Amino acid sequence: MEELKKAILDYVVHEYLDEDGDETITADTQLISGGIVDSFSMVSLKRFLEKKYAISIPDRDASPEAFDTVTRIAALVQRLQQG
Amino acid sequence: MAYSDEARSGYRRDLEAIREAGLFKEERYIRSPQAANIEVEYPAGAPGRTVINFCANNYLGLSNHPEVVAAARAGLDRRGYGMSSVRFICGTQDIHRELEERLTAFLGTEDTLLFPSCLDANAGVFEAILGEQDVMIADRLVHASIVDGMRLCSAVRDTYKHGSLSHLEEKLQEHQDKRYRLVITDGVFSMDGDLAPLGGIVDLAEKYNAMVFVDESHASGFIGRTGRGTPEHCGVLGRVDIITTTLGKALGGASGGCVSGRREIVELCRQRARPYLFSNTVAPVIVSGALKVMDLVEASTERRDKLEANTRFWREGLTRIGLDIKDGDSPIVPVMLYNAKLAQDVARDLYGEGIYAVGFFFPVVAKGQARIRTQLSAAHEMEHLERGLAAFEAVGRKYGILGRNKDEIKDMYGL
Repeated sequence: MEELKKAILDYVVHEYLDEDGDETITADTQLISGGIVDSFSMVSLKRFLEKKYAISIPDRDASPEAFDTVTRIAALVQRLQQG
Repeated sequence: MAYSDEARSGYRRDLEAIREAGLFKEERYIRSPQAANIEVEYPAGAPGRTVINFCANNYLGLSNHPEVVAAARAGLDRRGYGMSSVRFICGTQDIHRELEERLTAFLGTEDTLLFPSCLDANAGVFEAILGEQDVMIADRLVHASIVDGMRLCSAVRDTYKHGSLSHLEEKLQEHQDKRYRLVITDGVFSMDGDLAPLGGIVDLAEKYNAMVFVDESHASGFIGRTGRGTPEHCGVLGRVDIITTTLGKALGGASGGCVSGRREIVELCRQRARPYLFSNTVAPVIVSGALKVMDLVEASTERRDKLEANTRFWREGLTRIGLDIKDGDSPIVPVMLYNAKLAQDVARDLYGEGIYAVGFFFPVVAKGQARIRTQLSAAHEMEHLERGLAAFEAVGRKYGILGRNKDEIKDMYGL
């Protein structure tokens, strides 16, 4: 689980944080309600997860709530991997 | 009853939630034409008050220009009030095509199609030319109407960090398997007033076989040496594939917009773009006024030159006072306050000083990035700017923010 969280956190940092910004985030930082990831930009995160973990995330699971922290995203990935 | 008590109380709760979040928008009634000085009734029912307007998109000061008004009036007499039709049934007059040809020549493109607004142009263009095999790659700060247009299109959606060419390049590499790639950006971003790195974007697009789309709403008429917009400023005139822009800002300020660009793309919009197909034609009176606007902007750069000088004076003045502004060259000059309540308080106090400027905060801008957005106009005279600076200095002093940087303001007021 920790490895999964780290991989997702690395992607989020690279994909959404400014290179020269002073912002730091953790696995429990609120991404969507905290204004770091908007619902429009969330599509690339969803695509990354589906490709890297060979899963399909149904629209009903790709909610702003489920994607709001790295911890929640990791839990979702794990659930979908277990099928 | 169809409008049930349940629906009414539900909507009331929604409205209350908007109020509680501090996001409730109220209109201010203006009793005069758009200009540097406007008479405002605020709050509703209060006596009218003359204030200096620093929040209009009236960049060239043409919204109430006497020649534009006279041309619109003459157009009303010659071509009537309305057409009662969409364009392709019986809503296209000779002047609609004439305006499209003038815009094509001005923007340096191959063809142009008018839309009721630029919002409509952005809502219609992507769906008309892209499908599931294609990808749209947009800057993360593009205008809301572009986001809406992208949502209406079945092509894959992706975004890149604001203004980041390296991130855009990663995305272009990632999407080489798609049929068509379209890079999407604003020319001038409306909240920060910064320009897209369009030269670099066009180079990357050519390297990775992608098309480029630019929304020039906050650029057409004044950015670039002759006002032809961001492509002129960045030296890529003729290398941008799709431009959308508006007649509702610098170019007269009434309404109407367009898609301008490659001939086939414009023709596909004429065949398929739903806001064009299913909405009324732009009214003859507006087309007539816009034709005069094109005469004025092509005849002289005097107004955009004055706007540029005003912008320089304003930016230098705010910096000298000790306010924290976003760097840039455009006449959109955000005064950074970072804290949402502070932005609202400063806007209110500026109004008390006779200056009309608006505070913006999350979700309109990112959290911790609250600001007052000021916009310059060629209609501003030196006395307007000097009074504006004096008001900013007085209000800035009251809140103790003169000479303070972001961290210091953050320490004083929080984010």
